[in-house]
Amino acid sequence: MSATLANPFAPPSISFGPVLEQKLAGRVTAEPRPASDIPTLVTDAATLKEAALFLRDDPAAAYDLFLDLASVDRSKLPGDLAPKDKTRFQANYILYSTKRNEHLRLRVNLPAKEPAVPSLVGVWPAANWFEREAWDLMGIRFEGHPNLQRLLTHNGFVGHALRKDYDKKQRWLCTEEDLLQTELAAKTDDPADMFETMTLNFGPSHPTTHGTLRVVMRVDGEKIVAAESECGYLHRCFEGMSETHTWVQVVPYTDRLNYCSPMINGNGYVRAVEQMLGVDVPPRAKAARTVLNEFSRIMDHLVCIAANLVDLGALTNFWYAFQPREEIYGLLEACCGARLTSSYARIGGLAKDVPENFVEWSRSLLPTIRDRMADVDGLITKNKIAWNRMRGTGVVSKEHAIAWGFTGPSLRASGVAYDVRKDKPYEMYGDVDFDVPISTDGDNLARYLVRMEEMRQSMRIIEQILARFPKGPINSDDYRVILPPKEMVYNEMEALIYHFKLVFEGVKVPPGEIYSYTEGANGELGYSLVSDGSGFPYRIKVRPPCFPLFAAFEHVIKGGMVSDAVATLGSLNIIAGELDR
Amino acid sequence: MKTPPIAPPLGPGIPSSSGADFLTTKLDIAVQWAQSNSLWPMPFGTACCAIEFMSVVSSHYDLARFGAEVVRFSPRQSDLLIVAGTVVDKLAPVLKKIYDQMPEPKWVISMGVCASTGGFYRAYHVVQGIDEIVPVDVYVAGCPPTPENLIHGIIELQKKIQSGELARHREAKTFVPIRVGVDPDLSIPAYSDGVMAHLQGKKELPEMAETAEGELDAKARAAAGEGRR
Repeated sequence: MSATLANPFAPPSISFGPVLEQKLAGRVTAEPRPASDIPTLVTDAATLKEAALFLRDDPAAAYDLFLDLASVDRSKLPGDLAPKDKTRFQANYILYSTKRNEHLRLRVNLPAKEPAVPSLVGVWPAANWFEREAWDLMGIRFEGHPNLQRLLTHNGFVGHALRKDYDKKQRWLCTEEDLLQTELAAKTDDPADMFETMTLNFGPSHPTTHGTLRVVMRVDGEKIVAAESECGYLHRCFEGMSETHTWVQVVPYTDRLNYCSPMINGNGYVRAVEQMLGVDVPPRAKAARTVLNEFSRIMDHLVCIAANLVDLGALTNFWYAFQPREEIYGLLEACCGARLTSSYARIGGLAKDVPENFVEWSRSLLPTIRDRMADVDGLITKNKIAWNRMRGTGVVSKEHAIAWGFTGPSLRASGVAYDVRKDKPYEMYGDVDFDVPISTDGDNLARYLVRMEEMRQSMRIIEQILARFPKGPINSDDYRVILPPKEMVYNEMEALIYHFKLVFEGVKVPPGEIYSYTEGANGELGYSLVSDGSGFPYRIKVRPPCFPLFAAFEHVIKGGMVSDAVATLGSLNIIAGELDR
Repeated sequence: MKTPPIAPPLGPGIPSSSGADFLTTKLDIAVQWAQSNSLWPMPFGTACCAIEFMSVVSSHYDLARFGAEVVRFSPRQSDLLIVAGTVVDKLAPVLKKIYDQMPEPKWVISMGVCASTGGFYRAYHVVQGIDEIVPVDVYVAGCPPTPENLIHGIIELQKKIQSGELARHREAKTFVPIRVGVDPDLSIPAYSDGVMAHLQGKKELPEMAETAEGELDAKARAAAGEGRR
């Protein structure tokens, strides 16, 4: 056995401990965590706001980026894991400090009856939609929230779907009246205003939403004076379904989160589970995952740029950008047998080894990508029409991007050089040389340019890894998490037992929790996992990079033209599968 | 006397033997032939399948070869609804509305297992097959279907159009209850009798009268609408 299944518990490492002790003594306590998890602070609902303000404003803490709110219903945790103090729910705020490059979990334990905490929208505006989601799916009330309504499910829905006592198959009727409808119109129903402005519905079935997004705008001529966006039109219950499947069976579901770059999701998920298990994967698997991640990132950026340019009227680029995608699909198909929904990642390695000619094949794809990118580059990057459409539209300042919880290319286009691959290297990113492109403009053109440059950097990463692609096994030799090779199963008793146990019971992840994060194509893709030691995940919460982007969309487009809203929506690259899960 | 050569057929119909360059056929067949080769799809793309649909219309697979490349995002300008991706309960009224807005004649392709059956999302917010809401002509399997598979589906639909068969001639499935596993303790809006019968496992669906044009009876249609609410 190469790795041990038990997690070594390390003392909490809170660097600003003394300041915290001084300001909030006794009301905020650090919780012991395994070394692989991020540090955790526990507080109560009464102190939450004070603690949040301290964490945001104190220079020793400086947690300026609100990443996620992961809620947990602990009512079905077995015996010794069950909460001792009669609390049932947990609200876990995941925070990040761009200045100190550190993550933190701020936790509040809540009672079973009427769980409520003060809303943190005033502290981190990004909390807005995350709190609505937690209210919708878990039924935690956020006092003082400006608009605490259902977000992912429709208004006809009864109950809170991710509570453990909710039957995951119970559906509810949705009628047209249950949709957002004229809520916004009613809000601005000022008689003096009636003849000047009109309500414009945009989506959920609209070519430029590239999915199922909806925005209701109030427009004065072509100018947007107010807007309200709504999501949930593709809420297909990823988190609910994952609780009814084993840890490995969740992998196919992750492919369908961001379906433009499925490999990244799967690799991020298995990495999180591997961290919980303490399993290390062989270098060959790490290299293959990194290469495939970067190819997926290229595919994702290509689709984003192509679709965005189609919306701006530049249709030719669509044909150029989709050709390299088709060729990358060929490589993915050779690896795993599927073009889009790959299900290639496995806990402890990959489903099977990469094809024999993987290195040569991957290398042969790069010139095609470069050629087609050069075509797009030549048509767009110095094109005056494109500049007029993209420059100065959809501007997001650095401060706003942080406040709204942006990550990924959208954050980097606003001037913050936060990239998980660089700041918290994982897989093989620490061993390769690449740059993190940023722009300070924060407009649609900046996002386009950042994505173009990121694709070039991805190709640099791929080239470096291909030059020294490791030989050896693709999978870990820890057969408690991954199936032993067939020759061993047929010849060795022990391997046969492992095979049997894995097939019938699945991977047994030790009780505990983790927040694990990787760089998705659109930003930080986080997984908050909770395990109760059975073969099934107790709770999986995804931190979808698109979620805060689309939550901020209504603010970004305010004051602009309707046509610029279309350009902005495309350049933010909202993927509905990931947004709504 | 030498027989004049038979003119090759230009399309479906009976080749003329008189040597003249014309062709005799039924008007229906000519219309169906034209309709099947100039489909205007409206992609109702919601999820992963929409990405594969983009592949189908882009240069590599080139749907133009089958006469179905004029993608229109307005239901009023299209006659083929391709539902590509998962349809969730929140989106169900939208899909129904879009289908109703499409002018006759219209056809529906359910692309992928999510649209066809709900796929592996057997969950609290996912429609278990769009035939709960709209009639479907061709179901395309796959998660997502490969582009070849979707093209095959379109070819199958073309055959179907040429044979004159339409989904709405079938027993309408709009009576399948949209709510599954009703909780008796919660107040339920009134269902029509047909839905309640179906819920209790009795399969007798109400009569769906058809007029000469193959249109559903207006009353039955209204009942169907009521049943959904």
